[in-house]
Amino acid sequence: MLPLTDFTVVDFSQFLSGPLASLRLADLGARVIKIEKPDTGDICRQMYTSDTVLNETSTVFHAINRNKESIALDIKDEADRDIIIKLIERADVVMHNFRPGVMERLGFDYATVSEINPKVIYGEISGYGETGPWAKKPGQDLLLQSITGMTWLSGNEGNGPVPMGLSIVDMFAGANLSSAILSCLYRKAMHDLGAHIKVSMLDSAVDIQFEAVTTYFRDGGQLPQRTAVSNAHAYLGAPYGIYKTRDGFLALAMGSIPFLGKLLSCEVLTDFTDGEQAFVRRDAIKDILGQHLATQETSYWLEILEAADIWCADVLDWNRLLQHDGFKVLDMIQQVTMGDGFSYATTRCPIRIDGQVLYSDKGSPKLGEHNQKIINELYG
Amino acid sequence: MNRPLEGLLVLEFSQFMAGPTAGLRLADLGARVIKIERPGAGESGRQIAIKNIFVDDSSLVFHTINRNKESFAADLKNPQDLAIIKQLIRKADVITHNFRPGIMEKLGLDYANVCLINDQIIYATVTGYGKEGPWAKKPGQDLLVQSMSGLAWLSGNENDGPVPFGLAVIDMYCATHLTQGILAALLKRSRTHKSVLVEVSLLESALDMQFEVLTTHMNDGGKLPQRSNVRGGGHAYLSAPYGLYRTANGYLALAMGNLQFLASILNLSGDYYQQKDKWFSARDIIMKEIGDVVLQKTATEWVSLLESEGIWCMAVNDYHQFLNSEGFANARMIQNIRLHDDTLLQTTRSVFCIDGHYLFTDKPAPQVGQDNEKIKKDYLQS
Repeated sequence: MLPLTDFTVVDFSQFLSGPLASLRLADLGARVIKIEKPDTGDICRQMYTSDTVLNETSTVFHAINRNKESIALDIKDEADRDIIIKLIERADVVMHNFRPGVMERLGFDYATVSEINPKVIYGEISGYGETGPWAKKPGQDLLLQSITGMTWLSGNEGNGPVPMGLSIVDMFAGANLSSAILSCLYRKAMHDLGAHIKVSMLDSAVDIQFEAVTTYFRDGGQLPQRTAVSNAHAYLGAPYGIYKTRDGFLALAMGSIPFLGKLLSCEVLTDFTDGEQAFVRRDAIKDILGQHLATQETSYWLEILEAADIWCADVLDWNRLLQHDGFKVLDMIQQVTMGDGFSYATTRCPIRIDGQVLYSDKGSPKLGEHNQKIINELYG
Repeated sequence: MNRPLEGLLVLEFSQFMAGPTAGLRLADLGARVIKIERPGAGESGRQIAIKNIFVDDSSLVFHTINRNKESFAADLKNPQDLAIIKQLIRKADVITHNFRPGIMEKLGLDYANVCLINDQIIYATVTGYGKEGPWAKKPGQDLLVQSMSGLAWLSGNENDGPVPFGLAVIDMYCATHLTQGILAALLKRSRTHKSVLVEVSLLESALDMQFEVLTTHMNDGGKLPQRSNVRGGGHAYLSAPYGLYRTANGYLALAMGNLQFLASILNLSGDYYQQKDKWFSARDIIMKEIGDVVLQKTATEWVSLLESEGIWCMAVNDYHQFLNSEGFANARMIQNIRLHDDTLLQTTRSVFCIDGHYLFTDKPAPQVGQDNEKIKKDYLQS
């Protein structure tokens, strides 16, 4: 039995944040029913990455929405609303990520839904909270990275703002919603209470910057300062970074500078004896280190550094990663199959329970694929 | 308010970031979280500082991750201390640790042995790369996992080489997985009344973070990510205009949208704007052309112009602009915490809002072993 076996999630959300939360619940055993708009469905279906179309749908949609069912319903249509109400009556969780005010207009806000189902766990994700000057702005990942100062943490000084190259705010917001829903399902199991959960992308973006934000309020409001080369974390000293070698790249995460100087036979570095210099003079140190590491191959350095227990790693691309035994042993890839027989490879749930990896072979649903099945269940 | 995890006892053997961040989540959700620390020095994370900033004897980072917890000092190699820990385990609901494979086995605190002490324990572990395979013994550290998982090829420019995400994103994402695993396990236990083992690793979390683009990679003939060669590109897999653009004053973010419409507003007339299938393949040319136009006005001017047309855009803030803004103040993300040495720390609150309440707390990170007596009294006498 999976932890969420027999739980039902009714999911109105689209794009990434909400659907990611429900994917996790699905992999943990819940039945997730996507309520989608007739004809177009979740907008993510058409959000192609690098022009890749898979069985008429974006790869992104396939990744996020496997292991779910889809029912296409027009929320403004009376008969369809009746179906939604019946679904809500039977649901353990109802969730959405509409902008503030939309669910109130559609008539499925928490107040209404909890009248239909008083013990429901109702979860919502907004971009910027319900109030304040930004409440109406689109809750989109790059915009959240931009508004919260996050783009000044990656890349080198002099590169201007550099976004993190994934929808990282969406993902953390989704993960946070998922955690909160699980905690309230637990409370329901113990105390028979429903819950109203709110998570915002803004709060989630601040949360992942909690170190930097706390530092800002502590150090008199200084802006993050990236290093000129090999920046990996604006707040950490040398050697923390990635360096070019003769045949690739090397990541180096620790080590006292004079010790590294000796170990790597880089005489100049042995002069940086004062521990504070690793931070204060990190640009100079990284520059020296970079020139030195470029003279030999990655494997040469790894052998020396690993023997001395220095935290370091080869920098891999996916081709090398996917062929590596260290990757293969994780069994991270699964093959899933859609209702029409189309099959594709994707990643599995990253959590193991009782020594088992949580595979599911169910692919993403076609829009409205489960209308008839669900309606039969509800109306007999 | 009734916090969801009230009444639960969590013993945190975890150190550094991933495990303790999950512990913080559980604490904010209402659990009593006790750090089990080495007498004297305590958790190793107390000495890991950013910008060399320490307060109340420990790094500022430690304080942000370990607020709202208690500390019990015990030397696990001392039989008497170990006996006390085993008694505590009898009362605990959850244990977390991130020791390398083998350490807990040596102490007799591996899952099988802990189950003999408490057959309803949730036993949760974080490793770097799983328990098996050539990387099992490798140090599990954020930058290393970013480097090994391919993540470093997704940000920055085509010619930049690998560019890491400038935060410990893997540690933090792994913490969300650990939290979810523990919570799901608690839910399972509520039905089975049996112990549950939860395992996560930094590498699996790093792969999960890339699940969309890895799925694309595995279904597009194995192409590697192709970053834009124009500075400011926002996502290796997304079409123009997705990215950041320099303006006459500051930078402007443009998210995905109808490029044809955007081009008409910017008076750009190249053929590729009219053909949706060119928005990815001609991305660099398009971004260059948009960049030239965007440079002619300030970010504020662009936002007011483009927002009124429904274009998804934003002025790029730095911390001064963001952390002093009305929007940030309105989010009430900062809480004040008074440390044991009377320092007042302004740090972030929990991200969860439950039943209309944010989960504020004012309890600072503990000093090593400060709660030994109280914990003994609460759990070990009777």
